[in-house]
Amino acid sequence: MIQSIREIHDSFDRGEKKPSALVAEYLARIQASPLNAYITVCADRALRQAIRADEVLLKAGKVPRSGQPLFGIPVGIKDNLALSGVRMTCASKVLENYIPPYSATAVERVEAAGAITLGKLNMDEFAMGGSNENSAFGPVLHPTHPDRVPGGSSGGAAAAVRANLCVVALGSDTGGSVRLPASYCGVVGLKPTYGRISRYGLVAFASSLDQVGPIAANVEDTEVLFNVLAGHDSRDSTSLLSEVTAPAAPFSIAGLRIGVPAEYFVEGVASEIRTAIHFKLQLLESQGARLVPLHLAHSRYAVATYYLLAVSEASSNLSRFDGVRYGVRPQAAVEAGELGAFYRATRARFGAEVKRRIILGTFALSSGYVDAYYHRASQVRKLIQRDFAQAFSEVDVIASPVAPATAYKLGERSDDPLQMYLNDIFTVPANLAGFPAISLPSGEDAAGLPIGLQFMAAHSNETLLFGLARQLEQSLKEERS
Amino acid sequence: MEFEAVIGLEVHAQLATASKIFCPCRAKPATGLSVGESDANLYTCPVCAGLPGALPVLNRKAVKYAVMAGLATECTVRTESVFARKNYFYPDLPKGYQISQFDRPICEKGRLLINTSTGCREIGITRIHMEEDAGKNVHLSGYSLVNLNRAGVPLIEIVSEPEMKSAEEAVAYLRALHEIVIFLGICDGNMQEGNFRCDANVSVRPHGSPVLGTRTEIKNINSFRFIEKAIDFEIRRQIEVVKSGAKVVQETRSYDPARNVTQTLRSKEEAQDYRYFPEPDLPPIQVPADWLSEIQQHLPELPAQMRQRFQKNYGLKPQEAAAITASRALAAFFDRTVQLLGGRAAKAAANWITGEVLRLVNEAGQQIESSRITPQHIAALVELTAAEISGTEPLVSSTGAKQALAEAFATGEAIQEIVERLGLKQVSDSGAMESAVEKIIAGFPDQVAEYRSGKEKVLGFLVGQVMKQSGGKANPSVAQELLKKKLS
Repeated sequence: MIQSIREIHDSFDRGEKKPSALVAEYLARIQASPLNAYITVCADRALRQAIRADEVLLKAGKVPRSGQPLFGIPVGIKDNLALSGVRMTCASKVLENYIPPYSATAVERVEAAGAITLGKLNMDEFAMGGSNENSAFGPVLHPTHPDRVPGGSSGGAAAAVRANLCVVALGSDTGGSVRLPASYCGVVGLKPTYGRISRYGLVAFASSLDQVGPIAANVEDTEVLFNVLAGHDSRDSTSLLSEVTAPAAPFSIAGLRIGVPAEYFVEGVASEIRTAIHFKLQLLESQGARLVPLHLAHSRYAVATYYLLAVSEASSNLSRFDGVRYGVRPQAAVEAGELGAFYRATRARFGAEVKRRIILGTFALSSGYVDAYYHRASQVRKLIQRDFAQAFSEVDVIASPVAPATAYKLGERSDDPLQMYLNDIFTVPANLAGFPAISLPSGEDAAGLPIGLQFMAAHSNETLLFGLARQLEQSLKEERS
Repeated sequence: MEFEAVIGLEVHAQLATASKIFCPCRAKPATGLSVGESDANLYTCPVCAGLPGALPVLNRKAVKYAVMAGLATECTVRTESVFARKNYFYPDLPKGYQISQFDRPICEKGRLLINTSTGCREIGITRIHMEEDAGKNVHLSGYSLVNLNRAGVPLIEIVSEPEMKSAEEAVAYLRALHEIVIFLGICDGNMQEGNFRCDANVSVRPHGSPVLGTRTEIKNINSFRFIEKAIDFEIRRQIEVVKSGAKVVQETRSYDPARNVTQTLRSKEEAQDYRYFPEPDLPPIQVPADWLSEIQQHLPELPAQMRQRFQKNYGLKPQEAAAITASRALAAFFDRTVQLLGGRAAKAAANWITGEVLRLVNEAGQQIESSRITPQHIAALVELTAAEISGTEPLVSSTGAKQALAEAFATGEAIQEIVERLGLKQVSDSGAMESAVEKIIAGFPDQVAEYRSGKEKVLGFLVGQVMKQSGGKANPSVAQELLKKKLS
């Protein structure tokens, strides 16, 4: 049974367990796990942190109540967030041996809140992919169905949370990379408002879309982690100065307007998923919510828009990995003494999907094509933003599936990148328009695979999303019992 | 056929901010460091070293300096301008792209007045944009090293319209721009150290033709003299190419000062596609109207305005005004001095400052602003020597004044005290001087006889003797009057 943060803190308070023992259990489970969820485990560092926590606990007699909401809580960190002194690979051969000399703001905040970092979690290379099969360190296996993918790109994070290889995890979401694996693995994942959590120290994939996001086994832990991570950071110029919108009253389902876009419940979505989500929405309706049919005219362009913008930014963001400072230097290239050979040797180390996106992005930005691709996509992005702004003036939240299908088999889609890209259809609008979205476990299909339900809300309305998510989580719990 | 040249200049000026444009690293020492120096890569951090995950944060001072440059050149300053990424691979560019500006630069459509032998003319400024400097590659035998101290130093690129017609005009434009950035205090302007760099676009066409010829770009010329020579050479070369029936090739060229020629660096076919797009890590630069007017209000007086004011208000000649505005510090020193004098004897003050003061300061290898000489010293000297203040009889002779100034330069002591201490006051009192005059008349009977016989030139000799007798204290005009009276 996965313990929540609250339960762990209770066991600390009662003296039943101390942080070092808890961390040792987690480390042992990680070592025994076949999932390949971690790329780097920092066992010694984690144990040292845990022993310090033991001392604090011994001295105070209980968990410190202020400033330490993650006291003694084992966390996993996606391997594209810098932790000073610990290897950060981004699941790429290019950064195989790279040790950052500084920590990401998100990582600093989590550790400052008392969390104990177990290690760096597997992912799709440079966060590019939806299955975690694009890792130079091997795929992550689905935590309950090992022949299937856990989703990506934060596949290690979602699988680790589900398999109790960490209590909570930090992922990143550029086009669904937190929400999709959370949905495949049956855990909770949030893509916050763009700018809500600092990107400083997050290796950029597509800077205008990237957001750090929390993943946890339940809504409350997701919110606790979110509250630790959220807040302005002067080192990130896109970091928001404004606070999360505070609701006027405690959350109430009565009268909540839930938008149901016609475009998101169509033939291409597995009928089991549609059924499961309709059932949940009806449940909420029975509790007082109002279901409002919606139209999002430009949503069919979202995937194309997303991929044009994401690959364009990626082609630029990844150009620093040129071999001058990163990557193993192939001796032949060094001896050739020619700069071009040098660049080629290093950049040959990128995986196929990363290369594909660099080439696509370079093309989309190149002279003669930039208007038709990059600039046109930027214009459509504005139309999509307008669609959603309009929608959020009519409804409080929008519901959709997270993905058109549940977790698929490893290797099943590797040869069809386009099919993989289409899988992001429901998740990319939140990144394109910058609003928050949460992925919630909503039952299972016939094969026992988790189904994910997504709620989206207007800019900065995370608190509303958490309120609704708790309501649904509680209802489903009551239903089961 | 007559040909005319068309020249446009692109100037890169490093902004003299304390820290870099996108991180807190020091920007000042980032110049011309060789690999042998121990501090290579010392002034770097995750941001300017382009470490994965690091993000830029804009230095507000750099924006202010760019706006100042724009206002000083009568540009329109955009309320909202946008950074863009310029993508290319080079080892000194740690991120693989330079953060620059592309289609929405901070300043546009300005102008600059230049003075040449043919008169005064206006040159258009197309744009001024902000960007970060790159690092520096150091090539050694068999390998190269990269020093990132300079990476992230703020730059403005000032692009002129292709409106200059000769190397002389190009240099005049460059000097005017150089003077402005230095007066504004936004750039150190040291060309050798690369604070102020210039690329020249040159083309030729038949005189009066409305169509521009094919241009070449001459890169990174690091002195005014070389710019003049490089452009002159390039104009001659292109005219010869066209006359021979061949075509000028669009290319980038470099100037070799040793041989005084330009030569091909790379051709247009190798030109890069920089794939510009808006920098997603930085929000647009905002220059709201109130900030703009605040900068405008505090904009220092520009050298051209200052020269006009000095000529108009103080009656300086153009060359005197030019000499006094050779640097901002000198001009400020002059302004303060004239202020202390209540606006009187400004010409005399200018002469003292550009003459004796600069000589002392330069000989000692000092700067006027950090030397012991103050405007108070000069004002005091002028009061003691200038005819328009002290009347026809200056209280201290010019020799005595120079002596006092040298003393003040050495000790910083007030002029009045020096004059007292060294007894430099001229003796103008007729009674006190009479005995000295009588002594000389008695001592030099031959010369007195000569004078009396009509040889008036001898009077100068006798005045000199009186001066000598008085130990330099005598007021020569008083001595002369007295001698004349006695000998008549």
